[in-house]
Amino acid sequence: MHNVKYTTASVFKYLTLILGALAALIPIVVVLFASLKTNAEYASTGPLTLPDNWLNFSNYTKAFVDGKMLLGFKNTLIILVISIVGATLTGSMMAYILSRFKFRGSALLMGAFLVATLIPAVTTQVATFQIINSLDLFNTRWAPILMYLGTDIIAVYIFMQFLDTISESLDESAMLDGASYWTIYWRIILPLLKPAIVTVIIVKGVNIYNDFYTPFLYMPKSDLQVISTALFKFKGPYGSQWEVICAAIMIAIIPTLVIFTALQKYIYNGFSQGSVK
Amino acid sequence: MFKLSDMSYKNQRILIILLFSLVPIVLLFTFAYLPVIKMFQYSFTSWNGLSKTMEYVGFDNYKTIFTKPEYFAVFKVSLYYFFATFVQMALALYFATILSFNVRMKNLFKGILFFPTLLNGVAIGFIFLFFFKPDGTLDTILQMIGLESLQQKWLLNPKLINISLAGASLWRYMGMNFIIFLGAISSIGKDIYEASDIDGANRWHQFKHIILPSIRRILQLNLILAVSGAIGVFEIPYVMTGGSNGSGTFVIQTVDLAFKYSKLGLASAMAVVLLGIVLIVTILQRVLIKEEA
Repeated sequence: MHNVKYTTASVFKYLTLILGALAALIPIVVVLFASLKTNAEYASTGPLTLPDNWLNFSNYTKAFVDGKMLLGFKNTLIILVISIVGATLTGSMMAYILSRFKFRGSALLMGAFLVATLIPAVTTQVATFQIINSLDLFNTRWAPILMYLGTDIIAVYIFMQFLDTISESLDESAMLDGASYWTIYWRIILPLLKPAIVTVIIVKGVNIYNDFYTPFLYMPKSDLQVISTALFKFKGPYGSQWEVICAAIMIAIIPTLVIFTALQKYIYNGFSQGSVK
Repeated sequence: MFKLSDMSYKNQRILIILLFSLVPIVLLFTFAYLPVIKMFQYSFTSWNGLSKTMEYVGFDNYKTIFTKPEYFAVFKVSLYYFFATFVQMALALYFATILSFNVRMKNLFKGILFFPTLLNGVAIGFIFLFFFKPDGTLDTILQMIGLESLQQKWLLNPKLINISLAGASLWRYMGMNFIIFLGAISSIGKDIYEASDIDGANRWHQFKHIILPSIRRILQLNLILAVSGAIGVFEIPYVMTGGSNGSGTFVIQTVDLAFKYSKLGLASAMAVVLLGIVLIVTILQRVLIKEEA
């Protein structure tokens, strides 16, 4: 049935696929080229010219050291880990309560979480800033951490969707054995939520790693720079040294590339589940 | 020692509901609802964000926004991103459809088309500064294929700047739509295609009568996100141009007013207007979708 016939349709199909792939790749590949060129080489060659020496990492050293990228990675990692652990715990607890118990106000609570997703966080920054400030959290890592926990409520949804597929008879049989609700949550529900936890880690991890405005607005102190803000700082002083900026861009991209290649399957699943509310 | 399992299930239930929901509710209220309330409050004052007292000015801030064209003109910029989102969704749907049938190197194409979506926003901003700069990637490609005449000052010409930026935004978000559509299409049972093959349906028929109807809800949901996304554009223009040359968006203007010019009252009023528009559009579309279903 599926004989490969080189009809016009299939030529068109592969042509568009190749064009699409080129459009996705070329903007990144030229940055890789530029990052491996020397200053003189960069000035004398076009963006599509291959670098002379594929192992010229001097721009990378310069970007990494001068841009204090290590500090950026460290801060990003701290914020990432605490936010994800926090979102997993608070999200799964809230989802457990909402999906397993019907109590006065539970519908209202569910509604409150639903409506909150309609508020684009970027619109309320003006007032959120004052709240962070009055809590004395400005210029601390807790500012982004609490905001990632409080405003991005996607974890609650992912867990609630998944909890619907876990039969309540499991809870009930554990109750017959005298297990407390805490034991049911901690020993039965949480371990079964593992696939949903992977989704939360991926979706939140990517969002947090890539977020710019939260750290930019709430942690301007240079000791607290994350990858996004460290990269943004290259804009002024390195205005003409594109080969160094390009190396900095690659440094920010490489972790994403490594994780994407390693966890492809989980990432696809995570995003197609995580974004359909 | 105190043991939870010694308590009756009724008491345990109360305790666990209180304990488990306390932190999420406090966080939700403080960072999702309180800002909205505060924003409304500030929008009726001339507060600069620092002074101890706030002066109540009634609807003055709203009058300023709706009567001074320079404040409202930025909405025009959203239109570029809005149209770009349609192109983006059409491309995503096209690629998702062809990649859900037999294609060589399917996984490679899928990975490449999706990858840009995972990248850091600032990195994407820089990548496209490099792409659009004079003698940058785009100009070089145009020269290579003999279209030098099309070379432009992509980010300096006020007529082109928003098209260029919307293009960068399309590049960034296409992969996200693509992977969502692909997931939706792949959940359609194989037997439906087989049955339609027997009935002599071609690919176009299958797309129109099988794929499109079954992913309609997801298309609609993504359309809602497209509208609020277009109004809330911030990162790409902020990183790339800082809002200069007529590329300032509503959010850039709001952030600048609040944090650069200390006009917190006015900025809050703008944010309220923005939030109002996003909510109206979203609710309207949700209601329309529900009525159809």
